[in-house]
Amino acid sequence: MARMATTRRVMISTAAAWLFGFLIFFPILWMGLASFKTELEAFAIPPSFLFFHWTTENYATVQERSDYLHHAMNSIIIAGGSTLIALLIAIPAAWSMAFSPTKRTKDILLWMLSTKMMPPVGVLVPIYLIYKSFGLLDSRIGLVFILCLGNLPIVIWMLFTYFKEIPRDILEAARMDGATIGRELVYVLTPMAIPGLASTLLLNLILAWNEAFWTLNLSTSSAAPLTTFIASYSSPEGLFWAKLSAASTLAIAPILVLGWFSQKQLVRGLTFGAVK
Amino acid sequence: MKHVLGAVCGASCLMLAVPVMAETTLTIATVNNGDMIRMQGLTSEFTKKNPDISVKWVTLEENVLRQRVTTDIATKGGQFDVLTIGTYEVPIWAKKAWLVPLANLGADYDVADLLPKIKDAVSADGKLYAAPFYGESSMVMYRTDLFEKAGLKMPEKPSWDFVIDAAKKLTDKSAGTYGICLRGKAGWGENMAFLSAMANSYGARWFDEQWQPQFNTPEWKTTLTTYVNLMKEAGPPGASSNGFNENLALFNAGKCAVWIDATVAASFVTNPKESKVADKVGFALAPNTGLGKNANWLWAWNLAIPAGSKKTEAAEKFIAWATSKDYTKLVASKEGWANVPPGTRTSLYQNDEYLKVAPFAKLTLASIDAADPNKPTVKPVPYVGVQYAAIPEFQGIGTQVGQQFSAALAGSTTVDAALTAAQSATEREMKRAGYIK
Repeated sequence: MARMATTRRVMISTAAAWLFGFLIFFPILWMGLASFKTELEAFAIPPSFLFFHWTTENYATVQERSDYLHHAMNSIIIAGGSTLIALLIAIPAAWSMAFSPTKRTKDILLWMLSTKMMPPVGVLVPIYLIYKSFGLLDSRIGLVFILCLGNLPIVIWMLFTYFKEIPRDILEAARMDGATIGRELVYVLTPMAIPGLASTLLLNLILAWNEAFWTLNLSTSSAAPLTTFIASYSSPEGLFWAKLSAASTLAIAPILVLGWFSQKQLVRGLTFGAVK
Repeated sequence: MKHVLGAVCGASCLMLAVPVMAETTLTIATVNNGDMIRMQGLTSEFTKKNPDISVKWVTLEENVLRQRVTTDIATKGGQFDVLTIGTYEVPIWAKKAWLVPLANLGADYDVADLLPKIKDAVSADGKLYAAPFYGESSMVMYRTDLFEKAGLKMPEKPSWDFVIDAAKKLTDKSAGTYGICLRGKAGWGENMAFLSAMANSYGARWFDEQWQPQFNTPEWKTTLTTYVNLMKEAGPPGASSNGFNENLALFNAGKCAVWIDATVAASFVTNPKESKVADKVGFALAPNTGLGKNANWLWAWNLAIPAGSKKTEAAEKFIAWATSKDYTKLVASKEGWANVPPGTRTSLYQNDEYLKVAPFAKLTLASIDAADPNKPTVKPVPYVGVQYAAIPEFQGIGTQVGQQFSAALAGSTTVDAALTAAQSATEREMKRAGYIK
């Protein structure tokens, strides 16, 4: 009897988990389905779920109209570059705050987080003017720089919480054995923090990949990433959902694949630190 | 080694001696509309004729483009050489000296052929500040089969009374057919484009001669009450979130008996590839109340050169090409006369081949002619623009008012409360901007 109750509970919770997962996944599934419909079917009321005339014509149109590879390459460089630079700055910063805190550490951490509270549009014009003066408009370097700055507070906070979980005794033991700060960072701290580092890297890669405000405002064509590629398929006059869905599916495909293969690290990293 | 070095030096000298053609790259910002996409596809025809010019396209959603381009032009960023802007922006930006006047479009450009109303809308102080790419007004599109079945005959110049009556008669909610589909989604270019034009036909105006907002007048009350009651009785469910595209989908699916919207929709609703009712659509002028003004707007997407561009000569060459009569012929030869950009040139409406494939052409022209941006409504106004007032503050005000009216349509507020809120919001913004004290 007890076993039956347990089995039933497992079945119910499994079904609930699948249902919840399906609900979360549904917008992406719907986008994928819409990308194979004609414009008229994509807009049809009531909508058809699976029984429609499947077509790949939207993908062909998107390929014909836009240079997907150019935009994808820009996204890879901008998201990858900004994440790597942010990590290079954030690792020593988080390390020092986690292991050698001063009485101002908490204030600094809060101040860093407060920069994320301001809406970016508030500083658009000054940033635009600075970028214009330094010739950084529509450049990959400019976008790497702004996305790195934008995500730095989150990277530092995440790494700080991961580092805080590492027992200080291990570092002290390493020091007793004569390890320098550099060796301590590379051989002791980093291997222990790898799950945290991996999840920080992945999460920031996703944030940078999806960032639309700065990428849309500071790029035109040469440095335009996939966010501008998607934005070019929305239309005020004319049906565009199917083509927009095809463009969006293509735009999220690389990050979806990356997320799929690294989900183990992502989950492990996210449950490792204090920030859940 | 010496030989290799000599050969390299020699080759370098030869390369330097070859005259290099300096290439100008134009960056063009545009919106994702069918006519614009077609223009992008035909760019190679322009670059073939002008091998020293190459073109880069930046296509963005209308509101994103507006924000992006405004930031660049206000900071003189110089990121764009040609902009796609609406008739709303042209007079405002021309006044701020943000646009370069188009004085060298070429001898064969034929400025006189531009439709007078459209030409006026893109000119300031007698100078052309943008070249119209395509123009539109609004008109009535209706289902001829449903009208015939109900024994109704749509007049060429219908009155609001007739349209309202017909919409109510043709509504069959159980069959999923709605008498009328109108814009309800909030936004200065969405529901307010339609409602401002409708209000004009009822004799209402945005501001009086002293820039005093007019939402507390009986004309606005009649307009909004009529609109809300009509939509409640004969409109589709969830109309407060319907814009152009949603109504287009409803009409094409055969769910609307009457749709009043942009003339550019005529080519979509008569296209059998897109519309289930392509052969059952009739057209008429936007309705009136006998006060001398129809409920139709005037809009054009135009190409202009921002003051920050350093490539004005090449940019003007491109604009002259894309808005010329030859471009129209080029599109016709490649994609047929039905696909040429409408609403900008008189000659198009005298072309038999175009008139043959575009049954809506005459009404489009009549609608454009019926709209007067300088005298949009019955009473005098201090602003230019039919469905908008061409002042920088209008975008914000129009959207705020649009939200109130959309809420009235959704039933979350009353008509009176929406008008009072619209009046106070507009008064506040106009005081802040210094128009009134």
